[in-house]
Amino acid sequence: MSNAYDAIVIGAGMSGLAAAIRLAMFDRRVVVLERHDVWGGLNSFYQFRGHQFDVGLHAMTNWAPRGAKGLPLSRLLKQLRIRHEELDLHPQGYSAVSFPGARLRFSNDFELLRSEVARAFPAQADGFDALTRAVRGFNELDLEAPQQDARPVVRRFITDPLLQDMLFCPLMFYGSAREHDMDWDQFVVMFKSIFLEGFARPAAGVRHILKLLIRRLREAGAELRLRTGVSRLLVEDGAARGVVLDNGETLMAGAVLSSAGLVETQQLAGGASLLPGQQPQAGRLSFTESISVLDCPARNLGIEETIVFYSDRLPFAYEQPRDDVDVSSGVICMPGNFDLPEPPRDHLVRITNMADHGRWAALGHGPEYSAAKQRWYAKSCAAAVPHIADFRPHVTLVDTFTPRTIRRFTGHAGGAVYGSPRKLRTGRTGIDNLYLIGTDQGFLGIVGAALSGISMANRWVLQGSGE
Amino acid sequence: MTDEQIRQAIIGIINDINPDEDTSNLDAAVRLRDQLDLDSMDFLDIVMELRKRYGVHVPDTDYMQLATLDSCVNYLRDKMKDKALVS
Repeated sequence: MSNAYDAIVIGAGMSGLAAAIRLAMFDRRVVVLERHDVWGGLNSFYQFRGHQFDVGLHAMTNWAPRGAKGLPLSRLLKQLRIRHEELDLHPQGYSAVSFPGARLRFSNDFELLRSEVARAFPAQADGFDALTRAVRGFNELDLEAPQQDARPVVRRFITDPLLQDMLFCPLMFYGSAREHDMDWDQFVVMFKSIFLEGFARPAAGVRHILKLLIRRLREAGAELRLRTGVSRLLVEDGAARGVVLDNGETLMAGAVLSSAGLVETQQLAGGASLLPGQQPQAGRLSFTESISVLDCPARNLGIEETIVFYSDRLPFAYEQPRDDVDVSSGVICMPGNFDLPEPPRDHLVRITNMADHGRWAALGHGPEYSAAKQRWYAKSCAAAVPHIADFRPHVTLVDTFTPRTIRRFTGHAGGAVYGSPRKLRTGRTGIDNLYLIGTDQGFLGIVGAALSGISMANRWVLQGSGE
Repeated sequence: MTDEQIRQAIIGIINDINPDEDTSNLDAAVRLRDQLDLDSMDFLDIVMELRKRYGVHVPDTDYMQLATLDSCVNYLRDKMKDKALVS
């Protein structure tokens, strides 16, 4: 059978774009299919009353200076042939984890967090160093390593439950699809990418990164089709042969790389489990996020942090809320507090809280939905201001997005921001020629997702196929 | 292609993979990965670029022949003798 394409990539998020660039660079015929009318997936962008807002990105994790060796960011740059300076990355000032009775600052210099732990939790300082050694010593790239829970491992090093929660909080908010705990390998990936490497951001936000990727994609010769949803996968004799589009068109390919998610891809394949003997669940964690435009820089109000992760509740509960939104914990991001070369066009405060997709989906499209957004915006700000100076008198414009927005941009069932709690690290499904990339392969963040697409394209398409 | 051109071909590929890397003072007898930020993914790229640019096929089992510039030249001399350097 002759294939129209060597590979079809489902989804134009970070992983799909990166995978397609790799395949096209080495002369594979590849098409990226995206149901939405814009690329980026979770890390996308939109316009609101003349303002340019980002959807997913607060910060790019995995920061590394130019010339740093052996780190995920350097690996990504080499694989996509991007120069470090092209990313226009500006590191954070510092960030904080703010809990009842303790506040820890951290920055892209790991020593700050070390000294903060030693100051606030002197009895835990040695344990923290031992935990750091364990993290550094763990090879998260070993895709065959057996799954284990992170909480019991961390408890072996850190005995104070408050410090445990304060370390888990940023790592969970920025990348855990599981409630209450993380897989240990995910903990390692997130600890390295946030605490050991750090945050940075292009001056123009996620648009800039996407622009680079789209340019590479076109230069390499890959095709990108927006507003092109996949309705099902063509599977014959246990192997993926292509896809049928929403419009009924059929595309054939030698391989299909899906960033749609584990559960979502399984539905496209007809419902049979992609993990023989197991029935993976859709993720239960989704977010609301408000974007407030201020009439002055946040620094003028005394807000110095780039990002604040907070919880008012002890123990910190990372779980689907029992209400529309859980404002007892959240993430507050001041994009203007990265070390930017010039002041940003808008002075923003972004607040992210956990939310229940089901409740938001039930609200319909009328005034009820807008009223709920307004009500929760007020509660969310009220919960945030004990952790940063009160910015509310300076707000000139607000937009809020909800689990429904996340669902629209990611296509994830239940608006699950980080996909299914079950990850498929090898990318290999029970169906030949069908591979998972992106969130549900298990690497998160912009750099992680892109590396997921790259490594799966390398391993299953480029390496596997000697001509 | 002369031995010097083979060296240039390899260095050209490395420069394209990592433009931030300084390749001006490489020791031809020392392993490339000890002098540069090259991991197994990058060696895969060198192999794929050799195929794309010069039509040279390096089977998986021969990857270790590309460890140093000297070993690259020895290994590729025969395979690349009729090829022209791509800049």
